[in-house]
Amino acid sequence: MKVEIKVNGVARSAEVEGRTLLVQWLRDGLGLTGTHVGCETSQCGACTVLAAQADGHEVTTIEGLAPRGMLHPVQQAFWEEHGVQCGYCTPGVLMTTVALLKEQPNPDEATIRHALEGNLCRCTGYQNIVNSVRSAAEKLASGAEPVAYEGR
Amino acid sequence: MNPAPFEYHRARSLAEAHELLGRFGDEAKLLAGGHSLLPTMKLRLAQPAHLIDISHVADLRYVRPDGGVLRVGALSTHRDLETDPTVRETCPLLAEVAAVIGDRQVRNRGTIGGALAHADPAADYPAAILALEATIVAQGPSGSREIAADRFFVDLLTTSLAPDEIVTEIRIPIDADRVGVAYEKLANQASGYATVGVAAVIALDGNGTCRKARIGITGAAAVATRARGVEAALEGYALGDEVVTAAVSHATDGLDLLDDVHASAPYRRRVTIGLTRRAVLDALRRLS
Repeated sequence: MKVEIKVNGVARSAEVEGRTLLVQWLRDGLGLTGTHVGCETSQCGACTVLAAQADGHEVTTIEGLAPRGMLHPVQQAFWEEHGVQCGYCTPGVLMTTVALLKEQPNPDEATIRHALEGNLCRCTGYQNIVNSVRSAAEKLASGAEPVAYEGR
Repeated sequence: MNPAPFEYHRARSLAEAHELLGRFGDEAKLLAGGHSLLPTMKLRLAQPAHLIDISHVADLRYVRPDGGVLRVGALSTHRDLETDPTVRETCPLLAEVAAVIGDRQVRNRGTIGGALAHADPAADYPAAILALEATIVAQGPSGSREIAADRFFVDLLTTSLAPDEIVTEIRIPIDADRVGVAYEKLANQASGYATVGVAAVIALDGNGTCRKARIGITGAAAVATRARGVEAALEGYALGDEVVTAAVSHATDGLDLLDDVHASAPYRRRVTIGLTRRAVLDALRRLS
């Protein structure tokens, strides 16, 4: 079947099988590998959406948060507060954080932890992630814009 | 991990969904949010040849107070019900339960109609739907009917819906008087499903005796159930510690307790009684 999905602002269309998962199509079809697959047994919901279900919808992935070479204020906050370790869970954590802060610009710790309960970090604890979300909230409240990323 | 191959159909209206259901019969499954059905398909526990996506059927996603009834459209997501101001005001128990289903990703997609029709024995809504004495509206090809919550859940993953019926609405009576409500749950750490979940609705009369008690239990047995023994031992009494303790000891009366990898039957019994006690006391605390 044919699907038409706007991905990071760009209209895309593709022939997919009914059973093609949205995450497969993003990664293998479009090469947007920032969206990670976890256990694949549907514990969190990241791989529990069909591409067909997204037909006619808009999707934003981690690659669409900021222009190439720039960091979104939420990404910048995670960089500064070291809200990452191996980085595998980070794209999902960032996307959930962006969604949370859109709805609740100044969340308390309990709200942050409730919002992120489906994003599992297996490296370490969540304290730096919570700190990062708080820092991100402050950045967005003060009108921060994406900043250039200085790679190593 | 993919589901087995199937053909995807998108229904734009209930009539179209019924037409497709009629055409494909028991080879078809309805798809709403997909967060119960797709996991079972990925694990190949279900392999339907046709999926009929009803998530785009117009006007099944709403919350509407209507006289003494809160009408909830079947395609309302858990997230809708967790955050909707009308739900929080008129039926806080539903919002409280919706907020602890799965995680945010699941709550964004999963729907109340889909969850109820799936009838997972460890799902959260059934406990609340039973305690709230809600009715479920089922639409068949030639008309609709209301099914009382305590006649809806029949067995493991089995409801009293006919194969050609679609859940369209949940109707919840809004209490005219003040009630105390609570939901207590022992969540499985990996999935968030309720190993046991207990919902309580308690109302007192002017002199502090219990006028109404409704207890819904999920997770304990293959099918969610009202704890009528507990209700009878609470109603008509002043709810002191001794009365509550004696009443909740009936929480598992008549239940064929599940005994599985998540919890043994004796453990489930203790947890069910303990959570029932907590739910009743929380509901009482919120009343005072």
